[in-house]
Amino acid sequence: MENFTPVASFIGGTMIGLAAISMLFFTGRIGGISGIFGGLLDAKHGDTAWRALFITGLMSGGVLMLLFHPQSLDFEINKSILAVAVAGLLVGIGARLGSGCTSGHGVCGIGRLAPRSLVASGVFMTTGAITAIIVNHIFGGTV
Amino acid sequence: MNWAAISVFFSGLLFSLGICVSGMAQPDKVTGFLDFVGDWDPSLMLVMAGAVSTYYILQQFILKRAAPVLSRKFSLPTRRDIDGRLVAGAALFGIGWGLIGFCPGPALVSLVTFNDSVWIFVISMSLGMYIYGSLDSRYTGQPDGGAGYMEIVREVEHIKRTIRQAA
Repeated sequence: MENFTPVASFIGGTMIGLAAISMLFFTGRIGGISGIFGGLLDAKHGDTAWRALFITGLMSGGVLMLLFHPQSLDFEINKSILAVAVAGLLVGIGARLGSGCTSGHGVCGIGRLAPRSLVASGVFMTTGAITAIIVNHIFGGTV
Repeated sequence: MNWAAISVFFSGLLFSLGICVSGMAQPDKVTGFLDFVGDWDPSLMLVMAGAVSTYYILQQFILKRAAPVLSRKFSLPTRRDIDGRLVAGAALFGIGWGLIGFCPGPALVSLVTFNDSVWIFVISMSLGMYIYGSLDSRYTGQPDGGAGYMEIVREVEHIKRTIRQAA
């Protein structure tokens, strides 16, 4: 457990909670990133402006972190391009089919004690754990 | 001045700062949490604890209001049924998440690093969302939730019953 960062993770988590709740407080919406982003890709939605603004805010935060605390975005991905592409596809399809991701179900949904979100979060935590364990212990961390 | 738009921008900004501070923008930390039989990193549990408890406590006060501050009404999901799409979607999502350690938020934030893998991930994710969205609206006529699909199923059942009764 040498990588355990309880204080930073709790503070960061609280910031995520505040960001999600500010969406509810000001605009009455769920702060689910896959829902907000996915709506941008759906031609039927006529409400692209606020979605684009949210994503712009998200990326502006990334730029700020890159300028003032680049360690938080310092990572390496040692997986093949194929694995990355497959993972992206699964996350995209899964988030839309299951109506949410770690923010919509995991934070807002659990935070509202919504039964669908409790189930969805339990399921993605489980399949996520099984996948990570298989990748690390059967494929030696590289796929 | 469109205050609602400004508030959405700052929600997104705070969200990404939280993602970075919490360590979720480091895919190794995420897979290190999910792989609990290896060298376990429980940090993500504290991210969840901070985020969920904040949301849980504050939503109780906010939902007592008649309306949000900058909008006419709350737009919250109302469905409570557990269906196959929810479970199958969450299962697929988890596999993708556990494979690399990226979920949509951290992946979008990390685009600013111009890391090749992140861009491939986000492009594939967008493609997945787009493919799902177009198939879904073609077959169910509904962009979300599948309520239209259930209506078709009920309609077909009704027609079948009518035919059976007529025969």
